[in-house]
Amino acid sequence: MAIATHDVVKTARRIASFEPLDIATDRCKGCELCIGICPKHCLILDDTTVNALGYHPVRLTDAALCTSCALCARICPDVVFAVFARPKEG
Amino acid sequence: MTIATDITPPPLRPVLMKGNEAIAEAAIQAGCDAYFGYPITPQAELLEWMARRMPELGRVFIQAESELGAINMALGAAATGARVLVSSSSPGISLMAEAMSYMAGSELPMVLVNVMRAGPGLGGIGPSQADYFQATKGHGHGDYRVPVLAPSSIAEAVDLVATAFEIAERYRTPTMLLADGVMGQAMEPVVPVYRTPERLPDGWQLGGADGRRPRVVSSIHLQPEELEVHNRRLQAKYRTIEEREVRWASERLDDAEIAIVAYGTSARVARTAIERARDHGLKVGLFRPITLWPFPTEALAALATRTRAILVVEMSAGQLVEDVRLAVEGRTPVFLHGRTGGVVPTPGEVVEALRRAWAMTEGHELDGR
Amino acid sequence: MTATTRDPSTTDTRRPIYRRPEILTDRSTHYCPGCGHGIVHRVVAELLDEMALGPRTIGVASVGCSVFAYDYFDIDFVESPHGRAPAVATGVRRVRPDAFVFTYQGDGDLAAIGTAEIVHAAARGERISVIFVNNGIYGMTGGQMAPTTLLGQRTTSSPTGREAGAAGYPLPITEMLAILPGVSYAARGSIADPSAIGKTKAMLRRAFQIQEVGGGLSIVEVLSTCPVGWGMTATASMEHLARDVVKTYPLGVMVDRAATTGG
Repeated sequence: MAIATHDVVKTARRIASFEPLDIATDRCKGCELCIGICPKHCLILDDTTVNALGYHPVRLTDAALCTSCALCARICPDVVFAVFARPKEG
Repeated sequence: MTIATDITPPPLRPVLMKGNEAIAEAAIQAGCDAYFGYPITPQAELLEWMARRMPELGRVFIQAESELGAINMALGAAATGARVLVSSSSPGISLMAEAMSYMAGSELPMVLVNVMRAGPGLGGIGPSQADYFQATKGHGHGDYRVPVLAPSSIAEAVDLVATAFEIAERYRTPTMLLADGVMGQAMEPVVPVYRTPERLPDGWQLGGADGRRPRVVSSIHLQPEELEVHNRRLQAKYRTIEEREVRWASERLDDAEIAIVAYGTSARVARTAIERARDHGLKVGLFRPITLWPFPTEALAALATRTRAILVVEMSAGQLVEDVRLAVEGRTPVFLHGRTGGVVPTPGEVVEALRRAWAMTEGHELDGR
Repeated sequence: MTATTRDPSTTDTRRPIYRRPEILTDRSTHYCPGCGHGIVHRVVAELLDEMALGPRTIGVASVGCSVFAYDYFDIDFVESPHGRAPAVATGVRRVRPDAFVFTYQGDGDLAAIGTAEIVHAAARGERISVIFVNNGIYGMTGGQMAPTTLLGQRTTSSPTGREAGAAGYPLPITEMLAILPGVSYAARGSIADPSAIGKTKAMLRRAFQIQEVGGGLSIVEVLSTCPVGWGMTATASMEHLARDVVKTYPLGVMVDRAATTGG
């Protein structure tokens, strides 16, 4: 079955723009507990920036890898993460 | 049937009551919601009266595991705005010093009764007034004051219990009622007329932040400048208490050449001594502080300008006498007759002390010792 | 407001999986990076939200790193002197029968200076919930040995490692309390990983439920970490907790008297 090119592009854009995590970067203390617990290894400390507390805050490397398992939110002592699943299709 | 409408109610007849029990009942009648205590001589009867009466009335009674437990239970209950009483005696009051400081810093109202016994340490169970420093200079750490009321009869104690709750709540401060073993154990007629102070309006009391901003009762302020602001506010409160709540009584001072300064049971001994001294031609009167803090400094200073001597009578090695000397500021010699160990001074001793003071101030400039 | 990575102006069609509990205040905590207190606070906040307890709650804060706990929850709180929280909570509970009352205490607070107060609140069966955060150290004062410090553990006041001869054995205070009939529920959990955190949350939920149905004292000891005091990274601290600390302090429910009486 042929899929119109513009539908592929729209779907790709919707998937690419989905943000599974809201990260409160100014609350992160760089403890790295989330980094160790993430089963997809898609969290790192962003050493290009320092937050107001003086830490490198955590950053999601690739939204496509994140499965919204929320283990990061459950281990984070500073409640940095809000976790979302993709909106239902259709 | 005719119903008489002009019957005058009979006067209330006094009831013979033990001091400890009278104080307890006065607190109950003043609306005490919760009592926390621990057995210690000579105030165990206060605890026991509360143990019987508070549950009868559906109010809170706990005999705690220690005086530490009791005073901290009081802290918790007071934080919710409950009217709280704790009683103990000297060694137990020492244990409560920490919580008194916390309650002063957190501005919590409650009433603490100390039925003083002889110390230091385990000491004895006889009466004493050697907790004067402890009570008036603030048992615990930090800059704070505690209003201290000192009755000299059981009837006065009954009245001052209500006053203590009023002062505690009006100024949001822990307040003490200082009695001694004689007063706690003696039995005297008490007219069962009590006062029930009005309740405070809601404003700071904890109860669950249902439909309002949450409230915190605490005494910690880590920023030095903030803590200084808090301390200044507390001090301003204490200045207000000093202006408005000083109480004292004077007897036969109009023509007195020697004034006895005494409180509590010592004042009663002094009263008898004054009778006898006057029979011998010595013109003596009694200046009786009722608030030990705020101390009646001005009144005493004024009195000191027209006496040839002041004799302090207290059941201690010399505690009240220091505040007397501070107030008198050298205007007149100050003498001390103090007994310790649980010994109660006799009127005869006090008359002797008066005679010595009289002799020593016969045309001499003397250090008042 | 908290800076996030997301542009709040677009409509959010995402399905929330996890969100910050409502009852937590919107402030950064003073706790060290990786400190277990943050996790315990979060779990307690989740429960207060889920069980709708917030409006009736009076919390009793104690003295330790968590002395500022009241800054992080939107509920009424009273500060207690060191160790006295169970007595303060007793006073609150007795004059406020309808409130939900909990204490939040560390190991130095509960198992050292506060031993008398917790034993007697338990003996009286006070209807309060005790959240006992045990990280085996006095964190706030710089990392000294506590009654729950492990044998051989180095702290600033046991610099060569805790020795039983001089300093005694780690105190299993929750086991000691569990034998008292006034204790309706005593359990020990940990925060070493999300699974352990989930089990600890279930223990705390049970403790809170028991208070609500009129049981006696409920206590949940939560084994926690102190990365700075222990001299480890946060991740290494969790590993130490899961591997070593639980040998001295095993996890599990010690007693649930409410269950046997159908509570």
